[in-house]
Amino acid sequence: MLDCGMHMGYNDDRRFPDFSYITQNGRLTDFLDCVIISHFHLDHCGALPYFSEMVGYDGPIYMTHPTKAICPILLEDYRKITVDKKGETNFFTSQMIKDCMKKVVAVHLHQTVQVDDELEIKAYYAGHVLGAAMFQIKVGSESVAYTGDYNMTPDRHLGAAWIDKCRPDLLISESTYATTIRDSKRCRERDFLKKVHETVERGGKVLIPVFALGRAQELCILLETFWERMNLKAPIYFSTGLTEKANHYYKLFITWTNQKIRKTFVQRNMFEFKHIKAFDRAFADNPGPMVVFATPGMLHAGQSLQIFRKWAGNEKNMVIMPGYCVQGTVGHKILSGQRKLEMEGRQILEVKMQVEYMSFSAHADAKGIMQLIRQAEPRNVLLVHGEAKKMEFLKQKIEQEFHVNCYMPANGETTTFFTNPNIPVDISLGLLKRETALGPLPDAKKPKLMHGTLIMKDNSFRLVSPEQALKELGLAEHQLRFTCRVHIQDPRKEHETVLRVYNHLKGILKDYSVQHLPDGSIMVESILIQATAHSEDQGTKVLLVSWTYQDEELGSYLTSLLKKGLPQSTG
Amino acid sequence: MKLYCLSGHPTLPCNVLKFKSTTIMLDCGLDMTSALNFLPLPLVQSPRLSKLPGWVLKDGNTFLDKELKDCSGHVFVDSVPEFCLPETELLDLSTVDVILISNYHCMMALPYITECTGFTGTVYATEPTVQIGRLLMEELVNSIERVPKAQSASLWKNKEVQRLLPAPLKDAVEVSTWRRCYTMPEVNSALSKIQLVGYSQKIELFGAVQVTPLSSGYALGSSNWIIQSHYEKVSYVSGSSLLTTHPQPMDQASLKNSDVLILTGLTQIPTANPDGMVGEFCNNLAMTVRSGGNVLVPCYPSGVIYDLLECLYQYIDSAGLSNVPFYFISPVANSSLEFSQIFAEWLCHNKQTKVYLPEPPFPHAELIQTNKLKHYPSIHGDFSNDFKQPCVVFTGHPSLRFGDVVHFMELWGKSSLNTIIFTEPDFSYLDALAPYQPLAMKCVYCPIDTRLNFIQVSKLLKEVQPLHVVCPEQYTQPPPTQSHRTDLMIDCQPPPMSYRRAEVLTLPFKRRYEKIEIMPELADSLVPLEIKPGISLATVSAVLHTKDNKHVLQLPPKPAQPPASKKRKRVNDDLPECKPLKPLLSGAIPVDQFVQALEK
Repeated sequence: MLDCGMHMGYNDDRRFPDFSYITQNGRLTDFLDCVIISHFHLDHCGALPYFSEMVGYDGPIYMTHPTKAICPILLEDYRKITVDKKGETNFFTSQMIKDCMKKVVAVHLHQTVQVDDELEIKAYYAGHVLGAAMFQIKVGSESVAYTGDYNMTPDRHLGAAWIDKCRPDLLISESTYATTIRDSKRCRERDFLKKVHETVERGGKVLIPVFALGRAQELCILLETFWERMNLKAPIYFSTGLTEKANHYYKLFITWTNQKIRKTFVQRNMFEFKHIKAFDRAFADNPGPMVVFATPGMLHAGQSLQIFRKWAGNEKNMVIMPGYCVQGTVGHKILSGQRKLEMEGRQILEVKMQVEYMSFSAHADAKGIMQLIRQAEPRNVLLVHGEAKKMEFLKQKIEQEFHVNCYMPANGETTTFFTNPNIPVDISLGLLKRETALGPLPDAKKPKLMHGTLIMKDNSFRLVSPEQALKELGLAEHQLRFTCRVHIQDPRKEHETVLRVYNHLKGILKDYSVQHLPDGSIMVESILIQATAHSEDQGTKVLLVSWTYQDEELGSYLTSLLKKGLPQSTG
Repeated sequence: MKLYCLSGHPTLPCNVLKFKSTTIMLDCGLDMTSALNFLPLPLVQSPRLSKLPGWVLKDGNTFLDKELKDCSGHVFVDSVPEFCLPETELLDLSTVDVILISNYHCMMALPYITECTGFTGTVYATEPTVQIGRLLMEELVNSIERVPKAQSASLWKNKEVQRLLPAPLKDAVEVSTWRRCYTMPEVNSALSKIQLVGYSQKIELFGAVQVTPLSSGYALGSSNWIIQSHYEKVSYVSGSSLLTTHPQPMDQASLKNSDVLILTGLTQIPTANPDGMVGEFCNNLAMTVRSGGNVLVPCYPSGVIYDLLECLYQYIDSAGLSNVPFYFISPVANSSLEFSQIFAEWLCHNKQTKVYLPEPPFPHAELIQTNKLKHYPSIHGDFSNDFKQPCVVFTGHPSLRFGDVVHFMELWGKSSLNTIIFTEPDFSYLDALAPYQPLAMKCVYCPIDTRLNFIQVSKLLKEVQPLHVVCPEQYTQPPPTQSHRTDLMIDCQPPPMSYRRAEVLTLPFKRRYEKIEIMPELADSLVPLEIKPGISLATVSAVLHTKDNKHVLQLPPKPAQPPASKKRKRVNDDLPECKPLKPLLSGAIPVDQFVQALEK
């Protein structure tokens, strides 16, 4: 099972996947070999404790080390908001998160993990957030690559996704930005800084709803360097106790960040911020400008929503949504232009503050998706995550450019496709060497035939030379010889007839070895031809042609050739 | 399959394996014990060392007195220290395809190989190995380059001259291969040829061979290597540890079913127990400091020092040493301490769990925060202002021939209050101390070598059961100083094949099978015939394609049908292009049926 996410837009049963699609009767553990989590975002791991502890799954769960470190913290955060703040019951508990994490096996990048005798998985760097990975899943010579969320352009704190030319039978790619070709990152950054700066200058407050880990760090690095350069004094805050902790994860997992940060971390750790301080709830009512990073990122609950409600009424303020918002969230509503929001208790909230959207989420854009397909060279592509219309467009583009099948199944739909793998067998080195020892043929384009016998026993396949096969199985080889007499009218002496035959054959069979032996017989390859005078008619010579079963083609060809008689002119 | 042995040092190996069509170098260790024959390089002008008398031959000949100095009754070469390189003449090193590095101590000769032999291949190593290896090289280059010495000595290396010298110079081997240290540009260029790999990552070499690093438990990022094809498996075990220190535990299971296991890098002090040594280290340190003396610990900037600091972290408060300053002096001290904290994925389980909290995996972060441990790039600068005695100083180089340690030897050697504690096992401490004699300072020898001992080796071999073991000759006999200790050698059946420097071994290998793939179309066309119950045969006639050492069998192309024309210009038009092979004939002949058929 690839990822185990939750839907931010729902507060009922629909927020978790319907695991009865996997099995309706029987334990999930029996149906799943393993679970792979690509990164720590809740839409990829939010249902994990529900899945493993409430529905029930005891098999292995694979994720990278940073994901394993951060995932339980976000899950706990999510649980607190849902249970403690909203008072929901029938939700997973802290203990369940802990029990669930005990089933997690951490993987290194590029490590080949043998899940069982047949199944192996391998993680690749995906860039999207700290510890995000793409996975290659392989059985024998067939494989699937799953991207999770990825980013093909390096940003201020992470590197770009990379996969080798692994030629999977199927590539499952996210397509959140199926048709967007985003303008250069630098422009977006400048735009962002300009908007923040302007708002602060006119005394407004800027709210940036983020998830505690990920984009937040990138934007913090951006603002930190800007504040330093411009010598700005307005305070920047980061809400929730996670800040310090979150930045700590980045410091300890610095090997997962981009090259520049990794190279300079000894001198200056980019995640030690001077201008960004911890936020206190009371600060929200302070007069004067400020910038606040608050969680969660889609304004669906928690502190970001509280601050939003406080500041929404003032047109001097601004909210900047730096990422994608799922349908149903307040974030999605204000981004689609809604300015009157119905809050809990039928309260209507009028939004006067400026609403800005800046695509900072680190997903691959259309160009990036095409680039990844080019890198991996899959035989089939399957798109997930995104809007159907845009995905349809991308699908056509992929089919046109790469001539591979592209699928985009809806939820609950099953896609079937066929692979045609080669069959691996063991070849005896003797046979292989015999073939390769002949060296390259003068005409390289002419195919070279190899002859062998395939021994199939139980599940093993071995290709050996025919002789070895017989020997191994204790079988005696039979010799089957064909002998044929051809009558030729030729009054000359026997040896003269032989010479005529020899010259005739030599003239026709240019590519074959034709020998005239001292005992008066002729050898064409391994076919023997002898001539004797007819016992009754001296004008008739009898040609004896003898060949083995192996030379059946050449033997019958020679016989029919000789039956046509010898050309008159020769001799 | 052949093994070319380029180094005679069992813990600093350098071997080249020729396997199938690949040439693989396993480690390139640099034997630095040669440096012991040279005079120390003092950071600060030392009146004692600069006024040493030149060495004079017995017959009064003084032609060597510029090169050789008499110091404390020993003769030392007065020049920049030189190191003993791996053999470079045994085979053409430009033909080496890849170099596999097992740990940062075993890569110190890398710049000599990659920069001076025409090497054009790739080097594989884990990220911690590369980063810490870089630090070790940086420290080495730095400590030699900052004490420029114009003089180089070569006269003494002449074979005729060397014969006349006193021991140990007389017996020094391979002196003609001794070289000066490389430079930073060479280091950078060498390191740029490294490709980073992770544990259990399968790396294909030319489609012929697959290599995989496995955790070896000895140091951050240290690895053993599996070199295998579909049918043959060679395990290269170099510097492994079964003790629980900071690195990820050793992966033993993956070494099973090896045809050949090359075993190098065992403990250099098989009789010492590392845990006991650590205890002794702490006791001696505490005793010295309590009586007002200073402690000098010559060490490498990474490795055991992390464990020592961790022990001290737990020990100092209970031993009442909270106010004693600990100094770590190395040009790479800061980097080493910082780097140690970011390789969580390469650490043992306990340390990994700390990172999840998130807390730094090593407690030296706290020692630094509380100002108990201070680090400096050198004795110059800030250190001279902060320096308070009594104190504990960790600094390099363990050979006592270069680095900041030379200064402390000169400074503290005269007082019996002070103690020098040797923890690194690479150099004989008596030889290391030779040029500083007579010495008033106390010497304590607590070598900490966590690598496998012979008991662990025999357990390991029983566990993984390789068909053949290959090891340096030193491991096939008891140590020369303890010839009665027959337990201090490798004991296995069949007995190990041993090698020595500049030897070429032919490894006992019988390759019999190779993998080949049958295309599905060809597979469809095969007609299997059950010959015996459960055994089927099928005759295969197919076209063999070989590309990148991968073999594929394809359906033979159908012979082009000659156009059915009445005029046949050439009779051989209908000669078969390729002859499909007839099956071999065997089995019982149903004579009666045959006769009946003929009669019809």
